[in-house]
Amino acid sequence: MSSGVRSTEPPYRGRAGFAGAAATSAAVEMRNQLVGLFGIVERNVYLTKRYFLWDLAFMVWTIANTLTIVFIARAEHLSPARENTLAMKLLVGATIWAFLGIIFEFMTETVAWERWEGTIEYTFMAPLSRLVHLFGQGAFAVLYGLIRAAILFFAVAAFIGIHAPRANYGAALALLAIASLSFIGVGIMTSVLPLVSPEKGAQLGFVAQGVMLVVSGVYYSVNVMPEWMQWIAKVSPATYALRGNRDSIIHGAGLAWGDVWPLLIIAVVATPLGLAIFRVGERYAKRHGKLKRSG
Amino acid sequence: MSGLAPRTTDLASRPDRKAPAVEVRDLRKTFRRRDRNAGRFARKRPWPALADVTFTIARGECVAILGQNGSGKSTLVRLLSTLLLDDGGEARIFGHDAFKETSTIRRLVNRVSVEASFFKKMSAAENLSYAARFYGMTPRQTRAAVPQILAQVGFPPERRGEAMENLSRGMQQKVALARALLTSPVLLLLDEPTTGLDPRSKLEVQDFIRQVRAEHDATILLCTHDMNEAETLADRVGLLDRGRLLFLEPVEDVKRRFGVETLEQAFFAATGREFENEATEEDDEYREVFA
Repeated sequence: MSSGVRSTEPPYRGRAGFAGAAATSAAVEMRNQLVGLFGIVERNVYLTKRYFLWDLAFMVWTIANTLTIVFIARAEHLSPARENTLAMKLLVGATIWAFLGIIFEFMTETVAWERWEGTIEYTFMAPLSRLVHLFGQGAFAVLYGLIRAAILFFAVAAFIGIHAPRANYGAALALLAIASLSFIGVGIMTSVLPLVSPEKGAQLGFVAQGVMLVVSGVYYSVNVMPEWMQWIAKVSPATYALRGNRDSIIHGAGLAWGDVWPLLIIAVVATPLGLAIFRVGERYAKRHGKLKRSG
Repeated sequence: MSGLAPRTTDLASRPDRKAPAVEVRDLRKTFRRRDRNAGRFARKRPWPALADVTFTIARGECVAILGQNGSGKSTLVRLLSTLLLDDGGEARIFGHDAFKETSTIRRLVNRVSVEASFFKKMSAAENLSYAARFYGMTPRQTRAAVPQILAQVGFPPERRGEAMENLSRGMQQKVALARALLTSPVLLLLDEPTTGLDPRSKLEVQDFIRQVRAEHDATILLCTHDMNEAETLADRVGLLDRGRLLFLEPVEDVKRRFGVETLEQAFFAATGREFENEATEEDDEYREVFA
């Protein structure tokens, strides 16, 4: 019987020269990081299975909550066509809200969950790059969020009897996938909050989510907001996701470059910025001894 | 070698064979906290957790650091495992700077802490697989390695799929040991690994630590407040008291130096205080910050 601790003999035994060895080293590191990314997604799958009934209860709550919003269209006593359009507009808003909520919840609670479970120190002392760690969390959130958003959308549409004969679901899904990159980038910024403030951080993340949706025209056009809010809407990825998805589902529009390029720019800016903010937060936590479990 | 974590070809992660396993010089860590009695708006004041700690651990050595709660043991372990930033001094692990070469250090070190720390709804096998992924172990590798390492720590195979929350504290600590060993660390940091265990589980864990030492040239830093554990497991014993390392030498040398028969007596001789009966308000505050 032998224990798992390895000998301290140097592990490298290759014959390649220095350049070859360096290339091999980089390839091994990349492989290890990809395995680590898979590990984050796999862990979330395990947890989702174990907490299935919670998820089911939350799904029912989300559907009920969305129905309370979409029924507003019925209460307006409009013509059937206009009522259908308004119901669809509200439903798209509620669905994007739910999707974004899931991404923000997963990202913001990345640290909070680990702190609560007590695994935070083991995860943060593991040789996994923070980008891969957070991106793995984001990747699962997007997959999980898309499934839940699809169930929500079709369940409410079926319940109310909404018709979307011209809907271009392919374009809507593609835009949501592109928007997800931006959402993950912004989510990385908010995920640092529980790291620097264990007690209030997660709540601040939900504040950020709420503010983003308010300025993005979740149930209304951004034109109805004060001008200063409209300026903020321009830098919110949810603005373009909501606009593009409504156009695709209600009017059957394809992927519009006018919605895609701002999302790409926000993703390109937000991801490294979020990562840099997270690094600063992680250093602060290490400096002040906050990188530890609760209780 | 049981071939658990894959050997890396990463040149940077190779332990330097000539360097000591651990080399700590004048290491300092100070936290700032508000005095509990001074009111909510009082200024925070510095609380030194480690003060100019210096020691070296040779490759393959097992060193025990003794200390009461709040003495700075956990701070030392967390500094060496890249979870804290230092406020001065130096720490090198197999020649690598513990604060600048963190990605290298993380491949060389693993730890077992006083709390088992797992995802409670996940099973032992799932928790170990999850931890192993961070070290590059694929599902194919963990399918073989996880049952193997759990068997080695005496974990019953029929309970591998059971949620961690249903396992006893002793069982959880065995899984924690398995997790640390699964990643094939060359430096194992054990932070009170047997605290809170029943006597039988405690002996099993201690036997496994001996086994790890006997079969490999693994280096072990054991932080504990159990003097018998330190005496039976370690080559050298150090005493950390309020952030200061008072000595680090073989047990017999300690006893000879203070002219005493037990480590408890040595502690009294070195500090002028009893080892167990110290519970001042100030210590409580130390515990709150550094435990």
